[in-house]
Amino acid sequence: MAQFLMLLHSEPSGEGTYTPEEIQAVVQKYQAWSEKMGAAGKLAGGNKLANDAGKVLRGADSVSVVDGPFAETKEVIGGYFILEASDYAEAAELSKSCPHLAFGGTVELRQIDGM
Amino acid sequence: MSEARDIDGLVDHLFRHRSGAIVSSLTRVFGPADLALAEDAVQDALEKALRQWPFRGVPANPGGWLFTVARNAALDRLRRRGTRRDGESSVVELMEARLARLPEHAPEHAPEHAYDCEIVDDQLAMIFTCCHPGIPADARIALTLKTVGGFGIREIAAGFLAGESTIAQRLTRAKRRIREAKIPFARVDPELLPERLPSVHDVLYLMFNEGYTAHDGDHLVRRDICAEALRLAELIADHPVTGTPEAHALCALFCFQAARFPTRQDDAGALLLLADQDRAAWDGSMISRGAVRLELAAAADRLTPFHIEAGIASCHAVAPSFEATDWRAILAYYDRLTALRDSPVVALNRAVAVAMCDGPAAGLAALDALGDCPQLAAYYLLPATRGEFNRRLGDHAAARRFLTQAIKLAHSDPARRFLKQRLDGLQSHGS
Repeated sequence: MAQFLMLLHSEPSGEGTYTPEEIQAVVQKYQAWSEKMGAAGKLAGGNKLANDAGKVLRGADSVSVVDGPFAETKEVIGGYFILEASDYAEAAELSKSCPHLAFGGTVELRQIDGM
Repeated sequence: MSEARDIDGLVDHLFRHRSGAIVSSLTRVFGPADLALAEDAVQDALEKALRQWPFRGVPANPGGWLFTVARNAALDRLRRRGTRRDGESSVVELMEARLARLPEHAPEHAPEHAYDCEIVDDQLAMIFTCCHPGIPADARIALTLKTVGGFGIREIAAGFLAGESTIAQRLTRAKRRIREAKIPFARVDPELLPERLPSVHDVLYLMFNEGYTAHDGDHLVRRDICAEALRLAELIADHPVTGTPEAHALCALFCFQAARFPTRQDDAGALLLLADQDRAAWDGSMISRGAVRLELAAAADRLTPFHIEAGIASCHAVAPSFEATDWRAILAYYDRLTALRDSPVVALNRAVAVAMCDGPAAGLAALDALGDCPQLAAYYLLPATRGEFNRRLGDHAAARRFLTQAIKLAHSDPARRFLKQRLDGLQSHGS
């Protein structure tokens, strides 16, 4: 078994506010997915990211700090899950069912190297 | 995240109902003139939940979490605002003090039931505030749905077949009126209420009616609007200060009508008449609830139009089949309703009962007695009813004429389609 980092990004929602009912529908979809993953023993953890675009640091001698990796500031949903899967193919298959994709977000999937 | 969590973390409409409850409580603190502050704070809390709960899970007390976060968001917004306006810092401090006195966590309850007296009272007061006579009549329903109901503008527009900008404008105008007229947050006070109750009942009646009669648009939202009218009517009926037999009658009426929701349209969205509905699919528990309310409504010293309408609805609800409907009882009810409230629409509906009891010719005579009604000039159900009576009498030419008129006046697709179908059926008969 190996661990995989699912990094969830989303574009800021430009279409205005969600209604309470719509927000609940979204939350319930994520909840259902993570519970299904958890029940199958495929979820090792997860958390949300803080609400900013983050910074990218570059350079050895003089480190520059620039906005990034996304220039947009207000992601609607930003966070990560840690999956448990036997290989990358399985992790990718599991990720496909994450509601994040259905809502137009992107998922970056990276294997965490074993020791 | 990997620990076991309760599968049913979120009850149906929890966000919607909690949004309404929290907006109400915050409006009590800030006053209706600053309704936007309450709404924004609640929106902040919901968006925070949207970002957090997918990763951290639903908290053990989701309602309490939302309440606390909204309260803090309101404080944040207030403080940010306070720094911009110098002379008003004492007002800000006063608001902060009031806000700080709101409970840290709302108690954990199932949303269907009343929680604390205070939370129910705040919602009731919000309804009464929204139904203040100073607020434009066409805005009261939208305002009630937006604030206490927790509906979004998009949903209200979909439920009422209006444009979003129309609804948004109504709400803006209503809030402006509230500010201009300095409409206060209502008190659930036995002295204050008698004059406001009729307006509240009317708003809920119209709200239910809007959700019920619209046949286009989002089916689920319309059913939710009816459910909301019922929920608010029950809040009112169950409260010691506002609970009256009339309120119970209103609840009964809503329950009986709502019971038929599953069967009013077929899978293709076509309109189904009472005669064609599968009564086994009517919501039996809703009918029982209506019967209980009707019983409570009977403890009245005077009969109100809601009582009578509930009585008529109960006749349909208890009839095991269309053929077994007690039309004599229904006609008797309509006679009493006419005595109380002689309106052309009531007379039109009564004419249908007359026709079911005494035949289509009698029905036509009852319609003729209406005379030329300007109020019904654009009401498609009048020519539709005439057309139907003529059809039963065998006068297909007249039936076709009136159905054609009705089709022109009909304002929903399912209604138009239904009438066209009827018309086509007549044309193939010849004559």
